[in-house]
Amino acid sequence: MRGAVNERRTEPPWVRRALTTVALAFFVLLLAMPLIFVVWSSLARGAAAWAAAVSRPDTASAIRQTLTVVAWVVPLNTLFGVLAAYAITKFQFRGKAVLTALIDLPFAISPVIAGSIFVFLLGKFTPLGGWLESHGIKVIFSTPGMVLATTFVTFPFVARELIPTMQAQGIEDELAARSLGASGWQSFWRVTVPNIRWSLLFGVVLCAARAMGEFGAVSVVSAHVSGETNTLPLQVEALYSGLDVTSAFAVSSLLVLMALLTLAVKAGVEWRYRRQEARERA
Amino acid sequence: MRPEVTTAVQPLAVKKQRRRVLGGLGLSLGYSVSWLSLLVLLPLSMVFVTMAGLPLDGIWKVVASRQVLSAVRLSFWTAAASGVVSTVSGALLAWVLVRYRFPLKRLVDALVDLPFALPTAVAGVTLSVLAGPSGWIGKPLAAAGVALVNAPAGIIVAMVFIGVPFVVRTLQPVLQDLEPETEDAAESLGAGRVQVIRRILLPATGPALVTGFTLAFSRALGEYGSVVFMTGNLPFRTEIAPVIIKAKMDNGAYAGAATVAAMMLLAAFLLLVALSGLQNWQRRRTE
Repeated sequence: MRGAVNERRTEPPWVRRALTTVALAFFVLLLAMPLIFVVWSSLARGAAAWAAAVSRPDTASAIRQTLTVVAWVVPLNTLFGVLAAYAITKFQFRGKAVLTALIDLPFAISPVIAGSIFVFLLGKFTPLGGWLESHGIKVIFSTPGMVLATTFVTFPFVARELIPTMQAQGIEDELAARSLGASGWQSFWRVTVPNIRWSLLFGVVLCAARAMGEFGAVSVVSAHVSGETNTLPLQVEALYSGLDVTSAFAVSSLLVLMALLTLAVKAGVEWRYRRQEARERA
Repeated sequence: MRPEVTTAVQPLAVKKQRRRVLGGLGLSLGYSVSWLSLLVLLPLSMVFVTMAGLPLDGIWKVVASRQVLSAVRLSFWTAAASGVVSTVSGALLAWVLVRYRFPLKRLVDALVDLPFALPTAVAGVTLSVLAGPSGWIGKPLAAAGVALVNAPAGIIVAMVFIGVPFVVRTLQPVLQDLEPETEDAAESLGAGRVQVIRRILLPATGPALVTGFTLAFSRALGEYGSVVFMTGNLPFRTEIAPVIIKAKMDNGAYAGAATVAAMMLLAAFLLLVALSGLQNWQRRRTE
């Protein structure tokens, strides 16, 4: 939330109190309670049981698999996001509105469909998938398929964070750099990138968080082999349906930690922007 | 290349000049469009290509099957109901966050984004245990005779969890920019609270409310992870469309899965067009 509190005191105090109470009760029931419950349940059998669940070999392998997927997805989407935002905000061209709308398209598509389309395209029984298979490349039910599906689901994140920031900045800084003799690449690396660093950081963090947590899409293209192709969310599912609820919550608590870190980064980036705005106003 | 200063006043010349001075349009646009086509458009088109692998009556058999129809119907009405609940409660939360003071407000504000950041599988497992017969919420409810797990109500709860932040974050900036002086002025001219809400607050926040509802609804419609644990996936009762698609994929019935996916995409598309029409109408009316 940015800016000062926009407060108005004309509602009678009892109305203010009643509305606040109802809103906070809703917040506690729906948002705060699940958070507390995960931590509580993951420690239900003590810290030693938590540590054992988190360090068992199939969980360790799920952590590795998750990080492998993230290590592919984040650079791919960052490269796309920066270039797409650069083209959209710094230039005029026909079809710009269509391109902007298409970038958001993956948000509107069910994760299950997002996973399925890669099976339709690259599954064993499709022409392309069959050809790849005959050359020894397995995409579906293997890591490449999980990377592709996750890239699709997290496709808009970086571009979406960057576009408003870059739109607000305009092209004056770059024009100044060019008129002082900087080359195109110099102006990009020394002016454009530093100007967007905080939005870029937040976009990357959001993208990484969603990539780590993606479940529906990955669930369609993964072979669900525990200790091999399971990511952390799939491991949660496997443990939960194996009725090892405490271990499922222990693994969940790792993902909750990641979610809270994401929110902390968001708060930090917003705080930076507020400070910057205040400084510019002063 | 040097910019031609003399022509800088003409918009068209400015455009040309920008392109020449800044550089990189070809590379950035070319890369974005190719990558978008390869990774998003080509795979998405496979929904229709794969569906076309079935003969027409085969497609019809999938579309008209009782199980598929009831799942699609369930998906749409639960998503719509959750959209309404998300919009009402999200609006209340946004209002309280913008207008009132209370302890731990910044923490509450930050945690509103939790469903964006929390993996859906974790949300699903947590909500289903919480709402289960021996959970913190499910136990008192069960005593009152209300069941959330294995019931449409549970699907709606999971969808609201996913949808609320969209409404709060769409509405918050609009409420922030609203000037309380307008309301004060209306009240000093004799308007009652109800009139202020009807004549000032609703018109000003209407488009944002529709946007928030649309975002929450379309997210809920496709949601899988947080719902699948909550429902028993009982055919005809709690099986939503994404679960059917997933089941068909697991059985290798790809053309059938593609057909249901195409149904969902088409229906969602029509609904989004209708909602954006509503928004345009609203905007024209307030202008």
